[in-house]
Amino acid sequence: MQQSPNSSRRQFLGLAGGAAALGALPTVIVRPAEATPAMLASAIQNVTGGAAVRTGKVKLDIPPLVENGNTVPMTVTVAHPMAPEDHVRSIHVFNEKNPQPNIGNFHFSPQNGRAQVSTRIRLADSQKIVAIAKLSDGSFWSASVDVVVTLAACTEEVI
Amino acid sequence: MASALINVPAKAKRGDIIEIKTLMSHIMETGYRHTASGEVVPRNIITSFTCRFNGTEIFRADLFPAIAANPFFTFFTTATESGKFEFEWTGDRGFSETASASITVE
Repeated sequence: MQQSPNSSRRQFLGLAGGAAALGALPTVIVRPAEATPAMLASAIQNVTGGAAVRTGKVKLDIPPLVENGNTVPMTVTVAHPMAPEDHVRSIHVFNEKNPQPNIGNFHFSPQNGRAQVSTRIRLADSQKIVAIAKLSDGSFWSASVDVVVTLAACTEEVI
Repeated sequence: MASALINVPAKAKRGDIIEIKTLMSHIMETGYRHTASGEVVPRNIITSFTCRFNGTEIFRADLFPAIAANPFFTFFTTATESGKFEFEWTGDRGFSETASASITVE
């Protein structure tokens, strides 16, 4: 009776410790955990040119549960200074299951003062949204969010 | 027919980061929808939005069909001097609209 919960707790702690050690590795390169559709991967490849994309810096604000996929508010913020010598060049937003992988490209200048953009997007299905920021030093940073959509965009007939 | 809504503060202190909001009325037809008879409704979207301040580009967006109808953008800029913001939207079927707003920086 006592034995089994104890041993499972030990296993759990062992696993958690292993996961923490993995997380502490210095370079984390984004290799999408789920099988990312090839279109999304190639759209990202077009932007990054094959450079490594690291997670972090980017914050993608989008409701996790969307009632109407025709208009979904989205805000992307990059926690990075906007100095002339070191700033955010652009933000690229992608999706997994719309007919096209691109959502929008947003180009910034140091004049902006803050690397943040809000807009409203369409989502055809419950899916993963990926935002990638390109910095002036050539590095890429990303964030992704899974969104559940109850009413999909793009599917209705035009009368 | 097309109309723009622009929200830029009329006045700002030098060095402040100000928020700019823009909205352009447009159907943003994706090109992926069908009529009841099965024909594809041709794509008709805005493809590009640019904001210039005193002639210098400060923000630009490339739009895709995944941008919702009546494209709305919020972005920021640092108030450095008084001047004029110019906004330009271009798109399919020769769509081209402009708008402008002035700001006084103290």
